[in-house]
Amino acid sequence: MSNGTLEVKAISGHRGGTPGRGVSRDYDVCKLVDTTTCIGCKACEVACVEWNGYVFRETTFDNTYQTMPDTEWNFWNLIRFKEDVDGDGKLHWLMRKDQCMHCEDPGCLEACPADGAIVQYSNGIVDFNQEHCIGCQYCVSGCPFNIPKFNSATKKVYKCTLCSDRVGAGLEPACIKSCPTGCLHFGSKEDMKYEAIKRINQLRANGHKNAGIYNPGDPDKTPDASSPGDIGGTHVIYVLDDASAPEKYELPASPSIPFFVQLWKGPLKWLGGLGIAAGVLGVFMHRVRYGVKDVEGEEKRA
Amino acid sequence: MSTGSITHTAGSAAASGERVVRYTFAERAVHWINALSYTYCMLTGLALFTPFLYWIAAVLGGGPTVRFWHPWVGLVYVVAILWMQSKWKADMEPIPQDQQWNQNLKNYIENKDEGAPAQGRFNAGQKTFWKVMFWCTFILLVTGIVMWFPEMMPRGLHWLLTLFVFIHSATALITIAAFIIHVYMSVWMTPGSMQAMTDGTVSGRWARAHHRLWYERITGRK
Repeated sequence: MSNGTLEVKAISGHRGGTPGRGVSRDYDVCKLVDTTTCIGCKACEVACVEWNGYVFRETTFDNTYQTMPDTEWNFWNLIRFKEDVDGDGKLHWLMRKDQCMHCEDPGCLEACPADGAIVQYSNGIVDFNQEHCIGCQYCVSGCPFNIPKFNSATKKVYKCTLCSDRVGAGLEPACIKSCPTGCLHFGSKEDMKYEAIKRINQLRANGHKNAGIYNPGDPDKTPDASSPGDIGGTHVIYVLDDASAPEKYELPASPSIPFFVQLWKGPLKWLGGLGIAAGVLGVFMHRVRYGVKDVEGEEKRA
Repeated sequence: MSTGSITHTAGSAAASGERVVRYTFAERAVHWINALSYTYCMLTGLALFTPFLYWIAAVLGGGPTVRFWHPWVGLVYVVAILWMQSKWKADMEPIPQDQQWNQNLKNYIENKDEGAPAQGRFNAGQKTFWKVMFWCTFILLVTGIVMWFPEMMPRGLHWLLTLFVFIHSATALITIAAFIIHVYMSVWMTPGSMQAMTDGTVSGRWARAHHRLWYERITGRK
């Protein structure tokens, strides 16, 4: 779902520059999900399928309020439902809107070998271009959130676009528009972080002492903790009632680009390239230094 | 094993104009099926390995085409290498002289071939090349089949997939190193080798110089 109105700042499998890095006036966009005010109505699920024009797929019932076990190639927005009993024996219904997190340093884009199949816009949206996708699914293993999903009929991978088409036209994403409780917000990342902190302070003042923000790897939040696999913060952030245990919401505590993806796209790629070049040069050097094992030539002279 | 110069001209052995069959038609056919399928997999694999070489995918029909054919052609390559294994197993068995050949490697590389240990149908270097390719192929096959159908991999095991992709790439790079040396030696460094794999024959002198034990065995001459 490439979008001509948004400036591109990163391209998968691409050598050379990108048009938008450091030149665009675009600000970072962000979706804020306040899990404490989500009622699990699933209007966002329907709005997502509606806007993107996909066929409604079969749902499954597993004794919870969850529509299906996981997001799917044509079902990008899923309210995850969990029953959690806290230390005091109190039952909590945890509902979290699951979708692409739009990482600042996306593992999918890092792993993708196909030129232009995944792009990141200057505003932070990470988007898949199915026409350039080759269906290798490296993005699936590069993603720390299990978001990209393969369609075996089209041999392409799909995921939430953060409604890049709507955002490019100055509209909010479809899920945001449909939310009846105001638990979904959309704006600049700075504003959304401000809104999140305001809400967290309110929650803490009301006794939710573990309330906090989920925005993993954000350099503002953890300036000292940055490591090579960091996803650098996300363009979807959460207010969690208990931010000390994101696993309760099926969110990874410290998501990172998988180690072997880093090793493969970092040292191995450069050592491999240098090794091949050195090997080809090496055999030519051997030829000019030592010549050939010319048994036949001697025969001709004999 | 100092049994004289391997490039000597004396004696009735290796009479001028003598041709020796080095590879049968079947051996040559399977070698070239193997070589072509390997080359395709190497080029398409490199296209997906680094953005600097993604243009290879465009030349070979585009990314999705390459993604479709790479595993199938890889299977052809595996079948061919198993076929080669069945043909050359006996000739690839180690012999005592292999150790001497390996110790003499520096001289071999520098083309100081006087006093080189006599070798069978394949010299110790070729046996090493064969072993590297054979076992790397096994690793490429196992990791490659998993990478062929990643959608079959349960999410809990996806970390294994990233490991397999890494191993697949690293193993392929080892084969490329071996491939560069193999191609260089056969098309350039050792005149006469290429004809062995095209027409199937080498001169008696070539056979005696490079694979004396084999030459003596098949011709009965010293």
